[in-house]
Amino acid sequence: MRGGKSAKWVVGAIVVALSATACGGGSDSDDSASKEKGKPAGYISMDNGEPQKPLIPADTNESVGANVIRSLFTQLLTFDKDGGIVYTNAESVTTKDSKTWTVKLKPGWKFHDGTPVTAETYVKAWNWYSNVDNKMQNSFWFSDIDGYSEVHPDKGAAKAETMKGLKVVDDNTFTIDLTAPVPYFEYKLGYYTFAPLPEVFYKDPKAFGQAPVGNGPYIFQKWDHKKLIQVKANPDYTGPDKAKNKGILFKNYATVEAAYQDLLSGNLDLVKQVGPKDLPKYKQDLGDRVIDEPWAGIQSIVPVFYSKTFKGINPKVIQGLSMGIDRKTITEKVLNGTRNPATSFTPPGVAGHQNLNTDVFTFDPAKAKKLVADNGGVPGNKIWIQYNADGGHKEWVTAVCESIRNATGVDCVPDAKPDFQTDLEARDAKQVKSMYRGGWVADYPVNVNFMKELFATGAEANTGFFSDKEVDADFKKGDNATSLDDSIKAYQEAEKVLLEKMPSIPLWEYKTNGGYSKAVDNVAIDFHGDYVLTDVTVK
Amino acid sequence: MGRYVARRLLQMIPVFIGATLLVFCMMYALPGDPVRALAGEQAVDPAQIAAMKKDLGLDLPLWHQYWNYLTGLLHGDFGTQIASGQPVADIIADAFPITARLTFFAFAFTTVVGISMGIFAGMKADSARDRVLLMVTLLLISVPSFVLGFLGQYFFAFQLGWVQPNVSGEANWNELFLPAVVLGSLSLAYVARLTRTSIAENLRADYMRTATAKGLPRRRIIGVHLLRNSMIPVVTYLGTDIGALMGGAVVTEGIFNVKGVGWSVFGALKQREGATVVGIVTLIVVVYLVASLLVDLLYAVLDPRIRYA
Repeated sequence: MRGGKSAKWVVGAIVVALSATACGGGSDSDDSASKEKGKPAGYISMDNGEPQKPLIPADTNESVGANVIRSLFTQLLTFDKDGGIVYTNAESVTTKDSKTWTVKLKPGWKFHDGTPVTAETYVKAWNWYSNVDNKMQNSFWFSDIDGYSEVHPDKGAAKAETMKGLKVVDDNTFTIDLTAPVPYFEYKLGYYTFAPLPEVFYKDPKAFGQAPVGNGPYIFQKWDHKKLIQVKANPDYTGPDKAKNKGILFKNYATVEAAYQDLLSGNLDLVKQVGPKDLPKYKQDLGDRVIDEPWAGIQSIVPVFYSKTFKGINPKVIQGLSMGIDRKTITEKVLNGTRNPATSFTPPGVAGHQNLNTDVFTFDPAKAKKLVADNGGVPGNKIWIQYNADGGHKEWVTAVCESIRNATGVDCVPDAKPDFQTDLEARDAKQVKSMYRGGWVADYPVNVNFMKELFATGAEANTGFFSDKEVDADFKKGDNATSLDDSIKAYQEAEKVLLEKMPSIPLWEYKTNGGYSKAVDNVAIDFHGDYVLTDVTVK
Repeated sequence: MGRYVARRLLQMIPVFIGATLLVFCMMYALPGDPVRALAGEQAVDPAQIAAMKKDLGLDLPLWHQYWNYLTGLLHGDFGTQIASGQPVADIIADAFPITARLTFFAFAFTTVVGISMGIFAGMKADSARDRVLLMVTLLLISVPSFVLGFLGQYFFAFQLGWVQPNVSGEANWNELFLPAVVLGSLSLAYVARLTRTSIAENLRADYMRTATAKGLPRRRIIGVHLLRNSMIPVVTYLGTDIGALMGGAVVTEGIFNVKGVGWSVFGALKQREGATVVGIVTLIVVVYLVASLLVDLLYAVLDPRIRYA
């Protein structure tokens, strides 16, 4: 650089460079407004994220990986929007005693590599998934099957390679023996963890997890880590959920805000969740291209029954606390309408959801105060609500606390843990001070899933350590019922008992608040709140 | 000079080991178990979690884990991610080129525009154009970068349609332009102010009067005598700024969907991916070290009184 004059030249050069780039950008945006960069014709794109784990059905339990796996694999059956069973790969699933189940497969199905889908591919996969040595995240899903305790003992290595409860009858038939009757077992089969695996998997599970070969409506194309997963429609697919588009791009965005910007600029077709920044205006931005629907998930605050606060407490006090929460105002004002106030322990959309005819979930400050005071109050007159600060819960936890404090006079303090890991650690180690934030999403759309897994004595997800003989007996009754209907009814009775015992305070049901671009149509969500991707059409 | 550089390079080794050890200990001290967290609110099988930790070597004592990490590093192995099972080296290889491009762009913008602005204002201190510069830079310093980012996105992408709001997976040069300007604008303000003050001050220095008295052409006085002497504080700032631009761009990267280093390290931190965090932070430490070495060497070039032996 030489003196002021050359400095002026430099400035000039920058101005020229700036405007040149700006112009270049201008012409670029003209053609990409109509067509998304790198998206083949007929494909749809969705904001998804990076799957945490390799794409193996039984090793994924988070929604990002689940979206991809469900597009690549088809298990025996799936559910329609109302939670009803739709057979996909199964011709029929039958039982006489809820203990022995016979599965008949639709003949002629093939994996994407051309090998046939047979009863053997199912049985072998389930045995592999269950085996403790393979360390699959979802292995516990197979624990109803007779012989699970040998392939997955509590301690040490597997004692057997196969479960004796699984028997191949012929190419398209196999039977499942359970250790005890489970009337709703068929519903569990709708989880993608029960998908079959082709022979190629066993040669190199690690490589398979990076480029899975499934039997589903889409065929895996590529996984560009942290950026994109691409799948194309399977032309030979014969299931009822055949793809109506040519393929999917699962994209990964750094933030929900960034994804929303791309939706607005036409660079993305589907957004799962609009971020808090854009929620107040997304209906205005998108018009009728908005998805605003509830699905089967429930958020609650859970008392821990080992804590000083809730040890041996009269459940009526917890009912009082529940009535001190102004669910309606908080869902509308604090949560921007992204939740619906809960009215029972189960969300709508699961079989057996019922109206409990109670005012326990209705805001009534006077009655709340009376219930708490008349039944011995809260020890120390103070409760804590533990939550993870990285999940966007702070605002509503504070609001719930405020509401409880104003209504009942019980001091309520939000207890933030820096992130979900720390939050879980405190729950496992029995260090929660009095309550924690709980969220539960339906694994299968039956009311059982919202009760047994959470409130049965010793259930693994029962980290509030609620234990009640009457409730356990009612659950048992439901499990021993001979038909699914009787089982659901028994659990409905159990739910009424739960209302008296208050093992948790249900707050609200989850909703999907998303949107889609002008390029696509027929967008709907399933009972999980995920998009039914096979049905989306390209205009 | 050569011996000096060699000594400085050797000094990097203990700094490198110390930095990795420190970050490693911090990750170890953080509460929350990444393996347990994979199960979320679902049922967990303690035996299975213990087995997974054993496979990953996470059940060993801290010193042993660190030893394994260091020996792996010497063999060019950055470790593997806990959840995805991907080598950390792959993640670094994905993120660093993007960040390097973004940093280069932001750095070039900061340097060229910032120094030019500084010279422009400093040559006539307290004039109207100087006041305007001070106002503008004050504005840039006080407005948080996410406000600038969203504003830029709104105007240039949605109102004017000049650029795309987000950076795609390829992170092309033209896509990185707006994020780089936003990222560099804070440093730009500092650089402009440093240059301006330094120039204004040195204009009154004795050697300037001598140079003028000698009858040197004005171009040479300003281009060589004045600029060279005024650049020392600016270069110091710019040197440390490279590291800050590389590692500290989390906010800007989030707004523009840039899958760079800041975003990767933030994500890894949230998921307790210790090896990933240590790997990336270590590389940023190396960048800092190299940058500060370059700055020190530049001192000698700029100011002949400084000599290294």
